[in-house]
Amino acid sequence: MIEIKSINKSFEDKVVLNNIGCTFESGKTNLIIGRSGSGKTVLMNSMVGLIQPDSGEILYDGRNLLNLSKTEMIILRRQMGMLFQGSALFDSMTVLENVMFPLDMFSDESYKERKRRAQFCLDRVNLSDAGDKLPDELSGGMQKRAAIARAIAMQPKYLFCDEPNSGLDPKTSLVIDKLIYEITKENNMTTIVNTHDMNSVMGIGENIVFLYHGSLEWQGNKDEIMTSDNQRLNDFIFASDFSKRLREANE
Amino acid sequence: MVILNWLTAFGKYIMMLKRVFRRPDKMRMFLKRYYTEIYQLGIDSIGIVLVISLFIGAVICIQFKMNIQSSWMPAWVPGYASREIMLLEFSSSIMCLILSGKVGSNIASELGTMRVTQQIDALEIMGVNSANYLILPKITALITIIPILVTFSVAAGIVGAYSIVYIGHIGTIRDLTIGMQYSFHQWFFWMGVIKAMFFAFLITSIASYYGYNVKGGSVEVGKASTNAVVTSSILILVSDTFLTQLLS
Ligand SMILES: Nc1ncnc2c1ncn2[C@@H]1O[C@H](COP(=O)(O)OP(=O)(O)OP(=O)(O)O)[C@@H](O)[C@H]1O
Ligand SMILES: [Mg+2]
Repeated sequence: MIEIKSINKSFEDKVVLNNIGCTFESGKTNLIIGRSGSGKTVLMNSMVGLIQPDSGEILYDGRNLLNLSKTEMIILRRQMGMLFQGSALFDSMTVLENVMFPLDMFSDESYKERKRRAQFCLDRVNLSDAGDKLPDELSGGMQKRAAIARAIAMQPKYLFCDEPNSGLDPKTSLVIDKLIYEITKENNMTTIVNTHDMNSVMGIGENIVFLYHGSLEWQGNKDEIMTSDNQRLNDFIFASDFSKRLREANE
Repeated sequence: MVILNWLTAFGKYIMMLKRVFRRPDKMRMFLKRYYTEIYQLGIDSIGIVLVISLFIGAVICIQFKMNIQSSWMPAWVPGYASREIMLLEFSSSIMCLILSGKVGSNIASELGTMRVTQQIDALEIMGVNSANYLILPKITALITIIPILVTFSVAAGIVGAYSIVYIGHIGTIRDLTIGMQYSFHQWFFWMGVIKAMFFAFLITSIASYYGYNVKGGSVEVGKASTNAVVTSSILILVSDTFLTQLLS
């Protein structure tokens, strides 16, 4: 479980995160939603320690990330997996080498063992045959899946996904969502997903945090989100005509 | 203001070096990168070093033979001058200036691209010391390979001088050989090697600094590689003055 307590972050005069507090539960897919520029990426990067927040606490199972020593931080980071908005695969290595990389770096298993684990992760994301390819040679969706494979290679306790669906068609998005959901359940991970895709919200939103201009506006699950009468939330989820009509039809 | 910026940059550079010079997380991975870098930075540069040195060796010889030569000058001077110029200055300082263009921009753009595509962030998230993993192999690789490049450069310069004397019919091979062997100090060679090793450190660490700290997109990556080349060239020239005096 990850708990966030009154996180603030400004860039120069611009307040990007304003007193945010929320919890992300283990074994669940936790979603951070909000419009472009609402601060989702900044919040996620603060949670993993890529950005230093101005104040607040980030508790990983009770331990504050912001008070950890360098060594403790490194140990914690080995329990994290992250899927970046742009995949961030190492472009000089093949897909298999990418997935093997964290194992090469930190595991003392034999080469054969490491390779087997990497191949297992690739199989898990349905990329069994892509191991010898370079990241450039994969489609966007395949790159995302390869990045998921790399993120789970070390069996992390915490999985962070920044916009796993950006730039993907709806069908491929569903595949990625399903994958993230299943992996979370299989390994009982604390998974946090940044998204503005309503399909993901309705598909895998077990715990949803809605950011509005850097403030926490609403928190709940996918059933509550449909019936919520928060005006800003409704403006966000029913932004398209299609979804508006759906809702009217429901009523 | 400019001075303050320079001091800030220098401070950040030192902080980065402190992260770079650590024991690698996994020796196996370090060595793997080290060999790749030896190839990419060193072996790949041999071609350009040979070509340039060959021509410079030839040109120095022509200049002395045709333009500087006069009646008071012994016939062995062109050979002697070619050797000394290659040993003392060209094969260390000027060659490193050229390498700072090739190797420096290569390093800065590689690291810069890794930064803007979040590959460096990905390393950090895994708990890898990215500065150590990416930069240490580059610095150590170029420092270890540069003595070989210096040697090749000197040799190519001498070959160039001989070729031009032979092909261009300027002077005799015998005069050239006498000049080449005249009053040889072994220390001059080592001086070149020491200087080149220091410049290799400058080139790789400065280029890494600019590349590693890129913020933004492809425009900044381009700027970083330009800055890397300009800064390391200037610092090579400045430190060359001091080092030469120190080692002479
Ligand atoms: N390094 C930075 N320096 C200055 N401002 C920044 C920086 N990073 C983010 N911001 C600002 O913070 C705000 C939130 O950005 P963020 O990237 O978190 O948005 P987001 O919710 O992830 O949007 P998207 O859905 O488009 O990815 C933006 O207004 C952005 O301009
Ligand atoms: Mg974002």
